[in-house]
Amino acid sequence: MSGEWLFNLYVFVLATFVGYQVISRVPALLHTPLMSGTNAISGISLVASLIAAGSHHRLSQLLGCVAVTCATINVVGGFLITDRMLRMFRRKPDPAVKGKLEGGKG
Amino acid sequence: MTPTAVVLGLAYLVAAVLFILCLRGLSGPQTARRGLVLGEVGMLIAVVATLLHREIVTYEWIAVGLLVGSTIGIAISATIPMTKMPERIALSHSFGGLATGLVGVAEYMREGESLPMFKLAALGFETFLGLLTFTGSIMAFGKLQGFISGAPITWKGQNVANIGLFFASLAAIGIVVVHPEARVVFFLIAAVGLALGVTAVLPIGGADMPVVISLLNSYAGLAACATGFALSSQILIISGALDGSSGLLLSMLMSKAMNRSFANVLFGAFGTALEPGAAGAPQLAKAYNEATVEDAGAVLKASQSVIFVPGYGMAVSQAQHAVRDLATALERRGVDVKYAIHPVAGRMPGHMNVLLAEANVPYDKLFDLDDINDDFARTDAVVVVGANDVVNPAAKKDPASPIYGMPVFNVEQSRSVLVLKRSMNPGFSGVENELFFAPNTMMVLGDAKKTLLAMLGELKEGAH
Repeated sequence: MSGEWLFNLYVFVLATFVGYQVISRVPALLHTPLMSGTNAISGISLVASLIAAGSHHRLSQLLGCVAVTCATINVVGGFLITDRMLRMFRRKPDPAVKGKLEGGKG
Repeated sequence: MTPTAVVLGLAYLVAAVLFILCLRGLSGPQTARRGLVLGEVGMLIAVVATLLHREIVTYEWIAVGLLVGSTIGIAISATIPMTKMPERIALSHSFGGLATGLVGVAEYMREGESLPMFKLAALGFETFLGLLTFTGSIMAFGKLQGFISGAPITWKGQNVANIGLFFASLAAIGIVVVHPEARVVFFLIAAVGLALGVTAVLPIGGADMPVVISLLNSYAGLAACATGFALSSQILIISGALDGSSGLLLSMLMSKAMNRSFANVLFGAFGTALEPGAAGAPQLAKAYNEATVEDAGAVLKASQSVIFVPGYGMAVSQAQHAVRDLATALERRGVDVKYAIHPVAGRMPGHMNVLLAEANVPYDKLFDLDDINDDFARTDAVVVVGANDVVNPAAKKDPASPIYGMPVFNVEQSRSVLVLKRSMNPGFSGVENELFFAPNTMMVLGDAKKTLLAMLGELKEGAH
């Protein structure tokens, strides 16, 4: 299919455009979670790794298995750690922590 | 199109939309967590759908990889301290790079010789960029972790050599496109990618890591895109493009916050201009006001408004909780407390924000450069916690300074400035900071965390 690459180029350019628009609205406050979140999303290379690891080809299976491991670390670790970070961002101090402080003082 | 292929395609489309909504959620702290859940659902859909792919015939290697990867991923994310976030990000870029690089090699070995030219070129770029990101991120990790010197490591002709390597890889990709059977040349692409990752990141100094990490982020995204072109997988292209544009945007913001071009960061080897002891190197003989924690405490007691300016030193000494404790004590005395966060403070974009959030500082007390810079002139005391370049007035006044033109905080305009710093040593950037010698500056030398806690003790004593 000769038009395939052109079609994919359309997808690439439009996705880059959408990405730029969406990401330029992320405040500096959340730049670390942004990086770790996009990192988890780019773990989508897991999809390609799965195909390599699940193929007939022996060497491809081996390389694919390492790739699946690496990509899974990013997907699982990336989402978990981003959530851990986002849980910390609060507008008001956490009452539990604040209570502990005041308890310690009294 | 088989029914399975249709299901697969639709599942990927749903996943792509969910990824975009996930990033959209990050436009505010209230919506961010909900957005993240959408991203997780998208990923689950994409992975489960892929297992239906007709090319997947065996599941044992997949199971091993998923199991081992999940275990490591959970272990890392549960145990890593927030101060180590830049290291974690660098490491995960290297995992991502390695995964794409290996997939590229595997794909070539499997069916490289029968692929059309365009896919071969994509495969070449995928392998090259993936492996470059892999070794480059390992170098960045090493610099952050300290097992490679954070100072720029330079050698003669490095820029020429690096540019040479880059063009060599382009040429090799060209040869593979025309002669797909030339396996040696394909492996040469992989080797050049690995080598260039090392030689391109070694010359970049530790303080430039926010730009480097962002750039590596965008390379990892581009590598995923290349994979998408090679496999004609739109979900890979879309996700890679999202990742790539995020990395690119962040590196542009970081460069702008240092008033430097990409080329300058990548090829400038910042910090080597000043040899120790050479003319223009810092002269430590100059007089400065060294203050005890008692003096510092007295200044805070006499203040009605205080701004904290954190830098990488706060992360190094893990002082974010001590900063918050001191700030809380000040607020109890009725003092107006704010935090000034520079875009390049720390070692990655948003580093300081995450640390202060961890210490339970409400985010509406954190202010960007533009929002707070006019407040310094009306502020009684500024506490600089391990920040240096971002408070250096030379960036505004001295055209000869290597950081001239970088937007910095006007801390010197406040009534008194307390600088918490380990020693008067200028650090590897070697840029002298005249703020430390200003008449209204007090240098409180020592570990930031200990100093802050001692100042807190002083403040509490005065309350009786």
